[in-house]
Amino acid sequence: MADTSAAASHGQPGDVTKRDFLKLVAGAGAAIGAAAMAWPLIDSMNPSKDVLAMSSVEVDLTPIAVGQGITLMWRGKPVFVRHRTEQEIKDAEAVQLGQLIDPQADDARVKPGEKQWIVLVGICTHLGCIPTGNKPTEMRGDWGGWFCPCHGSQYDTSGRVRHGPAPANLAVPPYAFESDTKIKIG
Amino acid sequence: MVGLNKSEFKNPVVNWIDTRLPIFTMMQNEYGAFPTPKNFNYLWNFGALAMINLMIMMVTGVFLAMNYQPNATLAFDSVQHIMRDVNYGWLLRYVHQNGASMFFIVVFVHIFRNMYYGSYKNPRELLWIFGVVLLLLMMATSFMGYVLPWGQMSYWGATVITNLFSAFPVVGDPIVTWLWGGFSVDNPTLNRFFSLHYLLPFVIFGVTFLHVVALHITGSNNPLGIDVKSPQDTLPFHPYYTVKDSVGLCVYLLVFAIFVFFWPNLLGDPNNFIPANPLQTPADIVPEWYFLPFYAILRSVPNKLGGVCLMFGSIAVLFVLPWLDTSPVRSARFRPIFRKLIWLWIVSVGVLGVCGANKPEGIWVVLSRVGTAYYFLHFLVILPILGKLERPLPLPESISRPVIGGGPLPGGAAAKPMEKV
Repeated sequence: MADTSAAASHGQPGDVTKRDFLKLVAGAGAAIGAAAMAWPLIDSMNPSKDVLAMSSVEVDLTPIAVGQGITLMWRGKPVFVRHRTEQEIKDAEAVQLGQLIDPQADDARVKPGEKQWIVLVGICTHLGCIPTGNKPTEMRGDWGGWFCPCHGSQYDTSGRVRHGPAPANLAVPPYAFESDTKIKIG
Repeated sequence: MVGLNKSEFKNPVVNWIDTRLPIFTMMQNEYGAFPTPKNFNYLWNFGALAMINLMIMMVTGVFLAMNYQPNATLAFDSVQHIMRDVNYGWLLRYVHQNGASMFFIVVFVHIFRNMYYGSYKNPRELLWIFGVVLLLLMMATSFMGYVLPWGQMSYWGATVITNLFSAFPVVGDPIVTWLWGGFSVDNPTLNRFFSLHYLLPFVIFGVTFLHVVALHITGSNNPLGIDVKSPQDTLPFHPYYTVKDSVGLCVYLLVFAIFVFFWPNLLGDPNNFIPANPLQTPADIVPEWYFLPFYAILRSVPNKLGGVCLMFGSIAVLFVLPWLDTSPVRSARFRPIFRKLIWLWIVSVGVLGVCGANKPEGIWVVLSRVGTAYYFLHFLVILPILGKLERPLPLPESISRPVIGGGPLPGGAAAKPMEKV
C-alpha cells in the first residue's frame, strides 16, 4: 500500500523512500519500547530476592549414628546427610572411575578428613524424584547407596549413579564444617 | 450471513484466514478506512487512552496477582513482599496503583468531552449509557482493588462503603452481612473482593467492546456537534487519528511516568502504610481522590438514607442525561448560555471534591450543600429548561466549511450537500 503510493509520487517502484525509513525507525522504536516494558513483567516471574537470598542450614551431626542418614530441607529441597560405615567408604573409594556413568572420585565428593560424612541433594538427576535409602531400612539398591523408586536409578555410597536412567551423580551442595560435629549447608 | 468472505488482502496467509474469519477486513474497515470526522481536537484522544489504560491495568494486575495473597493475615505483608523482593514488583505495583488514578483522570476528561460537545444526544444515547455503566464498573473495581493491600485505609474504607447499604430500611443490615460474609469486614470479605477485583476488568472489557461497537454504528461526534454530511467531512482513521492518538499517548505516558517514578505515593494515603486494625479507626477516613465529590455529596445530607440516595443518584442521573438535556444542539460552541453553565457545573464538582477531602464541619458543610444543590440543579432544572429557552448560534453548514474556511452560514441558508471529490 505505502510502497505503491509513495513510489508513484517519489520514484521508481523498489526505491527506498524517506517514508519507508521513517516507518522503519518508528516501528523499531515502538518494538524496543514494547520489549522494554515487557521485561519487568517477565522478570517479575523469576525468583524474588527473598527466594534468592542465600538461605543456609546448620546441622548438628552428633545424633547421626554410623550407617544412619538424615533428611533435611535446604532451599526447599531435601538434603541427605549420611554417616558412612568403614565398609561403605572403602566400597566408594575402590570403584574404578572407568566403570562410572558420571566419573568422579569419592575424594572429590567429601571433605578432606571427614570421609565418613556424605552430603547430597536428595533429588534424582533423572526426573526429580527423591531416592530411598537414606534410612538403613529403606531399599538401597545393588550398590548400597540410594535407589530411586520412580524409574529404578541406583546410586552408590558416594551418591554416584551406577545404574540408569539417571544421567548424573547426586549433586553435592555447598557446605562447610564449622566444627567436627557441625556443618553449615549453603 | 453464511458464506465465505471475499478477502482483498494480498498476503496468502492473511487472505486464507480472512476468507474464513474476516477479522482483517473488519480491522481494515473499523480502524483503517473508518471514516472519522476531520475536525477532532485532542479531547478525542481520551477514549483510546482509556482503552490503553485498561490494558495496562489488566496486564500489571495479572502479574501482581501472581505474588499477592488474598488472606487477611498475609495480604499486607505480601504487598510489602511485592514492593521489596519481587523483581520489578515496585514498578508493577506503582504502575497499577497510579494507573487507577490515571484511568479516572482519563475517563473524567472523556466524560467532560461528551458533556461539553453533547455527544450523549440522539443517536448516541445508548453509547453514553454503556459509558455510565463502565464508570460504575470502574468505581466498583477500583474500590475493591483499594481494599486488597489491607492497610488501615483499605480496611476502614471497605467498612464505611459497605455500611452505606445499611442505610436501606429492613434489607440494609442483611445485605451488609451478606456483603461481608460475616459480622465485620474480615477474611471472607477480602477473598471475595479479590475474586471480584480480578473478574470485573474482564466485564469492563466486554462492555467496552459494546461501547466501541455502538460507536462504530453511530460514528463519532465532533467538536462542532453536527452530523457528517459527505465524505469530504471525514478522514480515514488510519493514519490520521492513529497518529493523533499516538501524540496524545506520548503525553499521557509522560504524565503517567512522572507519577510512577517521582511521586508514586502522591495520590495515596499515608494511613495505608499501617496494617489493617479492626480495633482502631484512623482519625480521618478519606476515600481515593476520584471518589471525593461523591463522598462530599454523601456527607452533605444530615440524614443517612438521604445521603446514600443522593450519592447513588449523582451517578444515576447521568443515565437519563440524554433526555434531561432538551436542546437539539450538541456542541457547547453554539450554546452561549450552556457554554458558561457547564463550567459552573465543573466548578461545583471541584468544590465538592475539596469538601470531600476536608472534615465535614464549618464552611465545608455549607460548601458541600451548595455544591450538591448545584450538581443536581444543573441536571434536573437547568438542562431541561435551558434547551427550551436558549437561542443557539447558527450552526455551520458542514464540518468541511469551517475547516476549509468560510465560517458559519447565516441561519436558514439552504444546506448544499458537498460533492465527493
